[in-house]
Amino acid sequence: MDFTAAKFLAAGIACLGMGLAAIGVGNIFGQFLSGALRNPSAADGQFGRAFIGAALAEGLGIFAFVVALILLFVV
Amino acid sequence: MAAGGGIDPIHQFELKPLVGLRLGNLDLSFTNSSLFMALTVAVVTGLMIYGSSQRAVVPGRLQSLAEMAYEFVASTVTGVMGKEGMRFFPFVFSLFMFVLTANLLGMIPGSFTVTSHIVVTAAFAFLVIGVVLVYGIAKHGSHFFGLFVPKGAPGWLLPFMVLIEAVSFVSRPISLSLRLFGNMLAGHVALKVFGGFVVMLTGSLGIGMVLAPLPMLLAIALTAFEFLVAFLQAYVFAILTCVYLNDALHPGH
Repeated sequence: MDFTAAKFLAAGIACLGMGLAAIGVGNIFGQFLSGALRNPSAADGQFGRAFIGAALAEGLGIFAFVVALILLFVV
Repeated sequence: MAAGGGIDPIHQFELKPLVGLRLGNLDLSFTNSSLFMALTVAVVTGLMIYGSSQRAVVPGRLQSLAEMAYEFVASTVTGVMGKEGMRFFPFVFSLFMFVLTANLLGMIPGSFTVTSHIVVTAAFAFLVIGVVLVYGIAKHGSHFFGLFVPKGAPGWLLPFMVLIEAVSFVSRPISLSLRLFGNMLAGHVALKVFGGFVVMLTGSLGIGMVLAPLPMLLAIALTAFEFLVAFLQAYVFAILTCVYLNDALHPGH
């Protein structure tokens, strides 16, 4: 296979990780919302924790994005 | 180079020296990045000085903006670290305001986003972890390393747990810096790519002209989303800083 073609393919495959991170972030906010709807008075206090979890899950998707960028522009 | 249409989404992050300055092999040029950093500091300082100079009982717009920022960060800090965490308030507040203002200034078309360069975000992240290490060791001595020893783990598992905790601690500055950098970079690249679609479709004539408003609408929606991300990433940076500093304040929790 051509080197450039392989590079672009690899960058595309690396982007799958971003979709998987999206599942994680969606899961966190979905659970948060379902909990918040059951007990709305407790929701405000847990807002920060939901965002910490989302940030940690999203960070892994960002790693995938950085891998894709490195493949595209550095390798 | 990625887009075939001649629109380079990475071009906007290029550093351009405005005032050249060299010391031997050291390039100390005043670049557009330095300009926007100085601008960020000027905006934040101006807002806080003006906001605290009036001291009106019924605050004006800028004063209530400054008060809201203060109360928001103060509630985040006390929420995560408790009352004694307020000694780190100036540090967290400066970080939050700088990152937030830099992100928002970057949203002005044609401007430069300081936080889209990993060297800037990595400097912040290593500063945070440096403060955690120095403060934790200065306050708790060797007790600080109890952070790496989880309580209640069975003895044979302990070496692995310590290893995992150590790796997770070392990867903190990396993930902290990459998160902010990646979010800002990805957002601005996406905006540029969708803007490029509009130009390319309009230029293609025929059916493309009819379709051109679609990516335009998406670009508008993405711009609104980017404002949300700009605030959210500053908040996430601040709250993760609080979480990490909490380890230095109360190790072993």
